[in-house]
Amino acid sequence: MTLVDKVQVMDGPALRRALVRIAHEVLERNGGTENLGLVGIHTRGVPLARRLAEQIRRIEGVQVPVGVLDITLYRDDLTTVAHQPIVRRTDIPYDVTRRTIVLVDDVLYTGRTARAALDALIDLGRPDRIQLAVLVDRGHRELPIRADFVGKNLPTSRQEVVAVRLEEIDGRDEVVIQVPVGEEKTEGGAGR
Amino acid sequence: MGLARRNLIRMRDLSAADIQQILSTAAACKDIFSREVKKMPTLRGQVMVNLFYEPSTRTRTSFELAGKWMSADVVNIAVATSSVVKGESLTDTAKTLESLGADIVVIRHPSAGAPALLARSIRAAVINAGDGMHEHPTQALLDLFTIQEAKGTVADLHVVIVGDILHSRVARSNIWGLRTLGARVTVVGPPTLMPPGLEELGVRVSYDLDRVLPEADVVNVLRIQRERQPTALIPSLREYTRYFGLTRERLERLRPDALILHPGPANLGVEIVQEAVDDPRARIHDQVTNGVAVRMAVLYLVTGGRHDAVAA
Repeated sequence: MTLVDKVQVMDGPALRRALVRIAHEVLERNGGTENLGLVGIHTRGVPLARRLAEQIRRIEGVQVPVGVLDITLYRDDLTTVAHQPIVRRTDIPYDVTRRTIVLVDDVLYTGRTARAALDALIDLGRPDRIQLAVLVDRGHRELPIRADFVGKNLPTSRQEVVAVRLEEIDGRDEVVIQVPVGEEKTEGGAGR
Repeated sequence: MGLARRNLIRMRDLSAADIQQILSTAAACKDIFSREVKKMPTLRGQVMVNLFYEPSTRTRTSFELAGKWMSADVVNIAVATSSVVKGESLTDTAKTLESLGADIVVIRHPSAGAPALLARSIRAAVINAGDGMHEHPTQALLDLFTIQEAKGTVADLHVVIVGDILHSRVARSNIWGLRTLGARVTVVGPPTLMPPGLEELGVRVSYDLDRVLPEADVVNVLRIQRERQPTALIPSLREYTRYFGLTRERLERLRPDALILHPGPANLGVEIVQEAVDDPRARIHDQVTNGVAVRMAVLYLVTGGRHDAVAA
């Protein structure tokens, strides 16, 4: 299966404005930056979390700590995938206990990644509360999970794939909907 | 992909990419040591059997912890070391393990080839925890991990392996792994304990430890395994120490940035002295920690993909 871009749903400025808004919402909801910590989920949640921290620094003048979370070892589909996904380092350079943690990911889809991230995070300590920020919520939840902060709600069909591209990884900022072309239609493997 | 076969039998089957995948996964797994809750759900619901036909505390415990930290149900089976426990009865045991629902079998056996035989007769993933004088892949992997962690790379390093090369599965697995990753390897030991054909593996052979020590980036000191020496291949332990032991005098010949490895348990005063174990260049305690991390990585990687799995 190959994927081709169908339509661009966010361009660079729209993506950046969404992040600025989320930064404000995070601050509003939590009454500032006290005990706040950001955790980006590999891969694209990581630069998004760093950018949110940078926005918060611009608004409040406070550097909020940022960690990196790899959820591979917490996935619930490890016995069914053909090859084991690559495991990367989890690196959260602060104690999550008694903090408000904002998990950051690019796309919220089935909710399984968020579920795994919650388990992984709770194994590291006992945060006071955990909130979820995503750039795109594309629907089709399979678990009772919702995001606290959403950049864009994007109704999609299951055949479509939402690709978030970020400067740091892909060389440009945009969100596009992709569709499969060619012989066979298969369910998208990752959460997008 | 060596591990896509769901087994880890020999280092010689692994490509450099396979080894690097294991090492990078192990680096992620090692983080668990710094956690309060040493538990992750990765192998939940999977049955892991430690099938040990030879006594072992370290390797078995290391595998057991690795399995438990990843939430596998770990069963230890210590089989009495009687001479009839071989060949056919091993396949019988395989059937029993199958009936128990084993997903992973970690096997140590005095006969070379036993893990490969088991792997052919069982659906579960098989990991070789040492077979006779053949291979001990997870020991080599933890040694490689320890070297790479300390030095940043294994390629182009000069690694000296000293001891009973002939009987050592640790040496054999290390040689395969080190050569695959591009290290230079020199083995040192008494001529009676040197197997033929090492040069064909690209390994340099020396009988003079004092000559090669100053050029070593890593010195891996093997255990003198008294249980594996039916005939007297060395005149005496004292003479062995004089020529091949890592003594206090030899520590001074070793470069300040060299690493000292030992697979343990050490025969102190024979192949290595206490001062060498306590030396800041020694990574022997790291090896124990890294052993669990590497075994977690291997457990994770061999359990991927059921036979009937379709790509998700």
